[in-house]
Amino acid sequence: MSTSANEAPAAQQGTPLLDVRDLIVHHGQLRALSGISLRVFPGEVYAIIGANGAGKSTLLRTIAGLHHPTEGSIVYDGKDVTGLRPEKRATAGIAMVPEGRRLFPSLTLEENLQVGATFARSGPWTIEKVYDLFPWMKERRRQKTSQMSGGEQQSVAIGRALVANPRVLLLDELSLGLAPVIMRRIYGMLPQILSSGVTVLLVEQDVSQALRVATHLQCLLEGHSTLEGRPADVTAAQVEAAYFGSAHPGGQPPGDPPHGGLLAPHAPSEGSEA
Amino acid sequence: MGWVNAIIQGILTGGLYALFACGLSLMFGVMKLVNLAHGDLAVVAAYIGIGVIAVIHIPFLWSVPIVVAIMAALGYVLQRSLFQSAINRGELTTLIVTFGLSIVIENGLLQFFTANSRGIGTGSSLISSSFSIGGLQIAWLDVVIFALAVVVLLSLQYFLSSSKYGRLIRAVADDREAAQLAGADYRHVFGIAAALAFCTVALAGIAYGMTTVVSPTTGTDTILLFAFAAVVIGGLGSLWGTLVGGIVLGVAQQIGAQINISYELLAGYIVFLAVLVIRPQGLTTRRSQS
Amino acid sequence: MSVTTGATVRSEENLKVTRSRRNVAWTGLGALVVVVVLALFPYIVYSGTTAIMVQGLIVLTLASMWNLLAGYAGLVSVGQQAFFGLGAYFVLIPAMHGLSPFLALPIATVGAGVAAFPLWWLVSRLRLGYFAIATWVLAEAVALFIEQIQSIGGGTGMPLPGFAGMDPTLLAAYTYWAALVVAVLAIAAVYFLLRSRLGLVLTAIRDDETAARTSGVRVGLARLLVFVVAAAGCGAAGGVLAIDQLQVVPGTSGGVFSVQWTAIMAFATIIGGLGTIEGPILGTAVYMILEQTLQSYNAWYLIILGLVAIGIALFARRGLWGLVDDRFNIRLFPVGYYLWSPGERRGRQGRQGRQAKGAAGVAS
Repeated sequence: MSTSANEAPAAQQGTPLLDVRDLIVHHGQLRALSGISLRVFPGEVYAIIGANGAGKSTLLRTIAGLHHPTEGSIVYDGKDVTGLRPEKRATAGIAMVPEGRRLFPSLTLEENLQVGATFARSGPWTIEKVYDLFPWMKERRRQKTSQMSGGEQQSVAIGRALVANPRVLLLDELSLGLAPVIMRRIYGMLPQILSSGVTVLLVEQDVSQALRVATHLQCLLEGHSTLEGRPADVTAAQVEAAYFGSAHPGGQPPGDPPHGGLLAPHAPSEGSEA
Repeated sequence: MGWVNAIIQGILTGGLYALFACGLSLMFGVMKLVNLAHGDLAVVAAYIGIGVIAVIHIPFLWSVPIVVAIMAALGYVLQRSLFQSAINRGELTTLIVTFGLSIVIENGLLQFFTANSRGIGTGSSLISSSFSIGGLQIAWLDVVIFALAVVVLLSLQYFLSSSKYGRLIRAVADDREAAQLAGADYRHVFGIAAALAFCTVALAGIAYGMTTVVSPTTGTDTILLFAFAAVVIGGLGSLWGTLVGGIVLGVAQQIGAQINISYELLAGYIVFLAVLVIRPQGLTTRRSQS
Repeated sequence: MSVTTGATVRSEENLKVTRSRRNVAWTGLGALVVVVVLALFPYIVYSGTTAIMVQGLIVLTLASMWNLLAGYAGLVSVGQQAFFGLGAYFVLIPAMHGLSPFLALPIATVGAGVAAFPLWWLVSRLRLGYFAIATWVLAEAVALFIEQIQSIGGGTGMPLPGFAGMDPTLLAAYTYWAALVVAVLAIAAVYFLLRSRLGLVLTAIRDDETAARTSGVRVGLARLLVFVVAAAGCGAAGGVLAIDQLQVVPGTSGGVFSVQWTAIMAFATIIGGLGTIEGPILGTAVYMILEQTLQSYNAWYLIILGLVAIGIALFARRGLWGLVDDRFNIRLFPVGYYLWSPGERRGRQGRQGRQAKGAAGVAS
């Protein structure tokens, strides 16, 4: 598959901006993530792919602080933030565009952005700059967002996160509920976002879209990491196998480690499972 | 003429009831907290006012901002500590805690102040007098309180719609998690909202103490019930609805009193029950909604 | 939900499911013994003591009912005093027409239960917090309404006829037995109710109301039943109070319609343990101790009770009995299920009796 025009800077050494280690996360008694690790370097577009229920959103929410991991650590910009409250992470520079947009229904478009800007760090992004990025917003800024289309809402949600001037932007399932052409347009904004110095960690169900924009990817299956590497280094067959869970289409029951050949060298070791 | 007088009186009383109700409505709207101690806190405010005047000997009007400030601070602290812990543990616990608070306050007041009722001396002859318009006797105090209610509602509306914290309060009320992701500490925002609600509660208590006397049980006997009735009648989620509800309640009561003096309270209850049956908008959701 | 244990699951034929850990016949026998001993009290102790116990039995009945409502059905009612007062009046009125007040007790019970229907219809659609206030408002309205009726005493109350000339000691004994019967029946009713299908339905609703609804559970009907039973129980207790006090005084501060009664039953339940049948028993004991020791400082015991209840609600949600249960794993009145693997001597306890988390909404 072709790599996107946005290649990460060739130099990936140095400290990662986001360093997640051996994350184990539970939903009640259900284990959602089993020992996930990832490292995101500045300027990257890191994509997490996987089927429904793989744990992708859980991973992002845990990084944002909305879930507490049972085990593991999250290190952001050299500091351990595993125990930090979500709002503190936001002001430190981790902004998330949550799954389903989650705009404030009783607030207007502009008010949504204003809320995002309330605790903003200093940086290039302002409400005006967001209007430059999405010109249609300016004249509709006093409208309630509940009357807007899915794509428009998604743009507002992104704008709300950008306005805080984050260093890491977490995008959770941007394509959900959007027509492909809209989705492509939204993803087309990524270069401008990246050029302002923002690093992106995204979760995406649409594999081809993810592969188009990602500089690095990891595939999750039922809470385990099944593939990790750069798009240029993996084949379509590998991705498919990692996504569905076996060398054969149809997949196999969870719990058993995927059979050999699919695990990229950087994949974390499997822990014991139920 | 008595009827017109009754209706006017009812409308003006509606202002007082709106004052009772808007704090209750605000706290529910923002943090989904039904504060069963709401009325008792208004009584506490009245007692604080009485105490302040008795101790510091300042003119009545000066005591008002002091009481409001004290109650606002109390509201913030209570919200961050007691209420937040209760909210974290679920709606059942919240009700138990606020109910417990109500009983503790009532009996605490009973213990320290006895069951005697007290009033707040207004001290100004202007306020305690009345004037006449075309044959109607209208007390200045009632007009002032109504005006106060309108001012409070206007201020609240302005604050919520145009200020930074007003926006935050609305955002947190809409979607707590999304607000956290935007950097807002929702516990602090809740605290601000509670402080705001307690300001109105303070004013409600003082206003009530000026119109009539308060006793330890007035909180639940009167204030909470009327506040709730006003919210029911006016519709949840609307600040101005509490004014409408208050007016309807007040008018119903006065009309009832015109028919027979002992029907005053009963008439109010009947209207409340009728609305409950016919149009309980906004009060009815699936009970497991958190 | 996967069952994650260290061991692998054995085949199904080897697993056993029982209602209780040890042979419940022993507990039943013990309860019977206790009741018999209590019934003999009037022969053993002074009537002063039985008078105090009547108080306690009334509170025990009320607390069991409040526990049923809040702990098992997730309904926080702050207006149970309405049924309590109605029960008292439903004993008074027949007594005024010549019926023995003791015989009027069943009437009071049924009457209060019947009265629950229209009141439920008024408030059942409200969400939890407003439901609570609405029950309070309704209680006030009922009180106000009753106070208008001069023929049964209006606002000042009326003495209870029917005992003229009776030997006081005998009356005290009869009153005591009436109170005992009511309390025992109340607890038995709650116990058997919870072990029945209704109990299962309530647990399902408590765990996940939406899931229960979509599984066909008649949530509204279940709650209505509980509401009616609780009303009947409170009515019976009110009838006993009327007999005990030999008068019925309405009035929302100190009379039968006072919210203090709800406060007492709620606090006793919470302190003892919400959501367990043993809880109200323990809580009533605590209440009685407090009330007796602080008798002269009238408002204090309510203040302390309230503060303790708040503390327990926040920090030890399952109350004092919950602490005992956690430590020693005892259930005197088992209403849940135990799972035994072959050869196991202590079955693993299923989820039961936990405080109503589901009905109250999951905390964030």
